[in-house]
Amino acid sequence: MKENPISFQMKLKPEDFLPATEEEKQSQVIMRESVSFWKDGMRRLLKNKVAMVSIVVIVLVMIFSFIMPAFYPYSYKTQIKGANNLAPMEYSEEEQARIDAGEKVFPHIFGTDKMGRDYAIRVMMGSRISLLVGLIATGIILVIGSAYGSIAAFFGGWTDLVMMRVVDIIYTVPDILLIVLLKFALKAPLDSLKDVPGFGWVSIVGENLISIFIVFALLYWVGMARMVRSQVLMLKESEYVTAARALGVGNGKIIKKHLLTNCIGTLIVTTTLQIPSSIFTESFLSFLGMGVAVPLPSLGSLASDAINGINTYPYLLFIPALLISLIILSFNLLGDGLRDAFDPKLKN
Amino acid sequence: MLKYIAKRVGLAIVTIWAVATITFFLMNMVPGGPFLSEKAISPQATAALEAKYGLDKPMFQRYLTYMGDALHGDFGDSLKQRGRTVTSIILMKFPVSARVGGCAVLCSLLIGIPLGCLAALKRGKFLDSLISVVATCGIAVPSFVICTLLMYFLGVRLKLLPTMGITSWQNYIMPVMALSFYPTAYIMRLMRSSMLDVLGQDYMRTAKAKGVAGFMILFKHALRNAILPVVTYVGPLLAYTVTGSFVVEKIFVIPGLGGEFITAITGRDYTLIMGTTIFLAALIITMNVVVDIVYKLVDPRIKLK
Repeated sequence: MKENPISFQMKLKPEDFLPATEEEKQSQVIMRESVSFWKDGMRRLLKNKVAMVSIVVIVLVMIFSFIMPAFYPYSYKTQIKGANNLAPMEYSEEEQARIDAGEKVFPHIFGTDKMGRDYAIRVMMGSRISLLVGLIATGIILVIGSAYGSIAAFFGGWTDLVMMRVVDIIYTVPDILLIVLLKFALKAPLDSLKDVPGFGWVSIVGENLISIFIVFALLYWVGMARMVRSQVLMLKESEYVTAARALGVGNGKIIKKHLLTNCIGTLIVTTTLQIPSSIFTESFLSFLGMGVAVPLPSLGSLASDAINGINTYPYLLFIPALLISLIILSFNLLGDGLRDAFDPKLKN
Repeated sequence: MLKYIAKRVGLAIVTIWAVATITFFLMNMVPGGPFLSEKAISPQATAALEAKYGLDKPMFQRYLTYMGDALHGDFGDSLKQRGRTVTSIILMKFPVSARVGGCAVLCSLLIGIPLGCLAALKRGKFLDSLISVVATCGIAVPSFVICTLLMYFLGVRLKLLPTMGITSWQNYIMPVMALSFYPTAYIMRLMRSSMLDVLGQDYMRTAKAKGVAGFMILFKHALRNAILPVVTYVGPLLAYTVTGSFVVEKIFVIPGLGGEFITAITGRDYTLIMGTTIFLAALIITMNVVVDIVYKLVDPRIKLK
């Protein structure tokens, strides 16, 4: 074909259609993997020294409370005769006699309480209960709160108005009142549930602990619901939601696949910050004598028991008080770190 | 504006009614009663007492009677404290809690706002890190831990302050310290972040360029804008604090509303529970409405809906 000398068309030659050489291919190879949302966040998190220290502290506390009791020679409910109110590292007379006779006796690292129970194992069990309550209650709150908040925001209008008024009401009823009433109300049904086959776990977990979880499930999801609602209100205007709807995706699937996955950053942060607040509430309840039942200890009830003897045995109070502050502090700092890493918009 | 206020007040009344209704039915459905705990009491006497206070009638009828009386401002007699009306008990206990709580809120504002501003102005310096560390730790320590530590060191060890009762001004120091610890730390954090936000705004640079004096910029431009989030926080805080903290009142033996409420709940003093719940709910909801209205008056950027 004859070429037009003043044409602006691209001049292609047969050589242009040859396969690329190895050298040319090299420039196309992606040297680094693309940075995903998780990797980016993790990289920022790993750089954050405060958050990493908090993770280490949390792991240490978890080892202390979940693994160490298995190897510990004392039990949290055995009352050792004659070993009441021992100071840390002190031995009772009987134990001293055994040591003198050449036997090895494991020391009471934190001493014993007034019933003669080893305090170190009680603190371990106490932090186990506190951590368990914190984690499970937060799980319940996460599920209920995010479902409720996203449904209210997604449907909007009257649904939103009514659902948010319910949140307001739950917010205003004094929680302590509901907790006490629910505890009495749940006692009988849980007692009878124990004998139903398949519900034997009720007596293992304990009614008090279960009613605490139910209380959390009923009351404390409102903060999470508000948070998720405000996020979803913003996200539901996005183009991809319109696109999904145009393609005929159902409402439930849009909420699950598009809206909730897109506020995952907020969810992670709010959940992490919810854990210390659940632990906080549980310790407060146990402190008032409305938490876990004896002989099971929690950090709050240990502190509460220690108050009467504060003058003579102050360490009985200081140990659980310090531990609970440490747990709450490290979860708070980890939450702050996660926010900086996964949700940089929220910073400051 | 008037329409907005009317709407908010209407919703508030509906909310208070809902809270009262839920509390009434929940309370009455739970097994147990106010006269069960007293030992030496014959069934006839119990029946007579129940008849006297109308507890033998069906639940729904009692609900209607109670609500009718409550609308006329009559919250009934206490079931446990013979011969005293619920209103008189609340009026006697509330001022005690309110004085302690009011002092605590005032304290946390007076300490929290200046320190938060200072931290923001000295961003990244040593002072900022120090204030942030103190604030973070303050949020992490539960109130009962603070109470007991204060009690141990100031009361028992140093014997500086009285540990129980609320008779002289020295009695106020420890409860107020314990109550204001968390809000102070929270206000410091809130103030710091909102101040940092405001300091980065364009109008701050403009003011500086115009040659406005340093403290004038701070007070007239920065503080007035940065304090808005603190206003929203203080409303509910005030409502929760003046009604008395259960823990603080229990530990320092203060005869306030918080402790009274717990006693009423555990003793099933139905009328006192209802009265106190309605009172607390009304206070909290009113504070929220007032804060929202004030917020909209102060900040013209927020549109009335």
